[in-house]
Amino acid sequence: MDIYLDNSATTKVCREAVDAMLPVLTDNFGNPSAVHARGVRAKTALETARGRIANVLSCAPEEVYFSHSGTLANNTAIFGAAEMKKRAGNRIVTTALEHPSVANCMARLEERGFEVIRLKPAAGGAFAPEDLLRAVNKNTILISCMLVNNETGAVNPVELLQKAARRAGAPALIHVDAIQAFGKMPVKPGKLGADLLTISGHKIHGPKGVGALYVRKGVQIRPYVVGGGQENGLFSGTEPLPAIVGFGAAAAALPDVNRTLERMHELRRYAAEQLKALPAVAINSPADGLPYIINLSVAGIPSQVLINYLSERGIYVSAGSACKKGHRSEVLSVMGLPPARIDSAIRVSMSRYTTREELDALVGEIRNATKNIRTKL
Amino acid sequence: MKEIILIKDGELALKGLNRSTFEDALIKNMRERIAPLGGFSFRKAQSVIVVEPETEEIDLDEAVSRIQKVFGIVGISRCAVCEKDIDKIRETAYTYLRDELLFAKTFKVTAKRADKSFPYKSPEICDEVGGWLLSKIRGLKVDVHEPDVTVTVEVRDDSAYIHGAQLKGAGGMPTGTSGRACLLISGGIDSPVAGYMMAKRGVKLTAVHFASPPYTSELAEMKVHELLGRVSMYSGRVNLFTVPFTEIQEAIRDNCPEEMFTVTMRRVMMKLASRIAVWQGCDALITGESLGQVASQTIHALKCTDECAALPVFRPCIGMDKNEIIEISRKIDTFDISIRPYEDCCTVFTPRHPRTRPTPEYAREIEAMLPEEDAMLQRAYDGAKLLVIEAFAS
Repeated sequence: MDIYLDNSATTKVCREAVDAMLPVLTDNFGNPSAVHARGVRAKTALETARGRIANVLSCAPEEVYFSHSGTLANNTAIFGAAEMKKRAGNRIVTTALEHPSVANCMARLEERGFEVIRLKPAAGGAFAPEDLLRAVNKNTILISCMLVNNETGAVNPVELLQKAARRAGAPALIHVDAIQAFGKMPVKPGKLGADLLTISGHKIHGPKGVGALYVRKGVQIRPYVVGGGQENGLFSGTEPLPAIVGFGAAAAALPDVNRTLERMHELRRYAAEQLKALPAVAINSPADGLPYIINLSVAGIPSQVLINYLSERGIYVSAGSACKKGHRSEVLSVMGLPPARIDSAIRVSMSRYTTREELDALVGEIRNATKNIRTKL
Repeated sequence: MKEIILIKDGELALKGLNRSTFEDALIKNMRERIAPLGGFSFRKAQSVIVVEPETEEIDLDEAVSRIQKVFGIVGISRCAVCEKDIDKIRETAYTYLRDELLFAKTFKVTAKRADKSFPYKSPEICDEVGGWLLSKIRGLKVDVHEPDVTVTVEVRDDSAYIHGAQLKGAGGMPTGTSGRACLLISGGIDSPVAGYMMAKRGVKLTAVHFASPPYTSELAEMKVHELLGRVSMYSGRVNLFTVPFTEIQEAIRDNCPEEMFTVTMRRVMMKLASRIAVWQGCDALITGESLGQVASQTIHALKCTDECAALPVFRPCIGMDKNEIIEISRKIDTFDISIRPYEDCCTVFTPRHPRTRPTPEYAREIEAMLPEEDAMLQRAYDGAKLLVIEAFAS
């Protein structure tokens, strides 16, 4: 029996999404841009999906733009905002722990002459409010921050971004990368004060190949990809309709977010208690983080060895994030963990389908691993 | 237009009465590589081998690029074949090489008349064909010293062959004509290069890889499969034996002093590889060792490991610098695979301060600390799994 605990990398597509996608692959295969009946039917499916996403975000459907991935949405948000605002100022504020799809955009903007300020995380992995206030000045044109860290589950106080911008009188646009948070905790761009907010389909039991960018009404950014002008010109390229429809269905199938969150907190507490009972285990995730992600280190067992060991027994976890294969986690080093602990860190990421029995099995096998594996010389 | 491939074998010509054996091996190797593309016939003719596709649909570009990786070939020419008639030869030369000649400023024609009954002598063939091409393509000039394009006409017993540039072959000797040897492959840069170099000298390869799950991952094994896939494009099919090595490595860790981990491990590897090699009919072992590259490859350490081998050990990289090895690994397209960052059997339990000047006596003493070594070796040997790596598996 397989136990999949790598849900922050990607999730299994839910039944509802599969059922919704099949007709779009077979009968309703039209191009939403076509004006004949088949095109119109496809367009209807597209708009239904948009409505479903908007519903979860508590925003207007016309504020949701479908992209071909979360990465493309992040790239568009950041380059698009910087391009739009470049005459209003030169400073961009972000954090030192962003996902590569944001961090690498920032590095490129820096090459182009923007001044990029990266907030260092405090002990728990989230940025400290006073650092933010210090970093934002009236030349700041963009503030970009992830809501939930993909490696540790730390939750950033992103609702402060807009407040900091207002206090400094900055013309800044606020971008929130909510890819790891969406569907797992309340994510309402209006409430968070976000002008731009990124989400992705395959992290919420939807298919791969689709993401979305929330753009607050009245906010304009420059498209990063040019072409046929789909999605109001923001994401040119024929809409990946099957994926979009699956994304919409997966969003509609999300259970009540607060009640699920409560259950996940319980699961996490349960797992953490047992893990803490093992002397070799140290938990790297903050206690007040998103409960879905537990980052932990097992003393003396390198990440890859433990992953191999668990994988042989049908349990799948990852080292840090799946997006940076083979590199020592920057997130954990920035958090100031000692190298030995970073090199032995694994990420357990749960989904709403995760059960106590599965966590029991995980803890049991980690216990066995600490007995059987020894690489310390 | 009928096209064929003419193969010129090199060192083979030196092999006297064995020549036929070598040519047969070469044909067998070429057949193995290009058979998946379609039917070909092979014919030995007057110091060349003629490779003829059975239908015109066969992808000759791909066939030539595969043949370029077969050892034992000096030159490869793609030729148009026509009747031994001077008008036909002229016309075929024009249609076959027109595209090439249109982009050239100068050319020359060379002719070889193997069939002495052909009414035109070699210089006359050159005149006829050259004159025809000059009359057809405006602006083209003859330059007999440094022409952009050389048009070669060969009148042989069966037909006339017309070709342009000759491509370089991979050199070396046909794989299989120098027997069989067993390559120890870890997944690093050196061992695939060592395998390639010995295959070039005609050695057929068997490979042994040591896997230590969970310390090494499945990705490390897949990496070895891919590396051998690249090597096999030159060497032909490789039989890979993957040996379960976890128990032995753990036993070394638990029973031997840390400074001798690597040397002891190498000794055991040599023993296991020798057993598999003998079983598989190999007459030597091959390793990627390069003198002094790491602690286990000092002259003293090699002395300690060498005595555990039951067969001669070929170390073609022994006198090479890392950069030279890397250069070859780039040429054979293994470098980018080799540098993927997965742990392999050689990087698990690496001692902090390995002994660089061990003596064989000391190494034997340390190895004797392993409890029931023979039984462990037997279990590893029995657990070896075979995977056949085909060149150009489809």
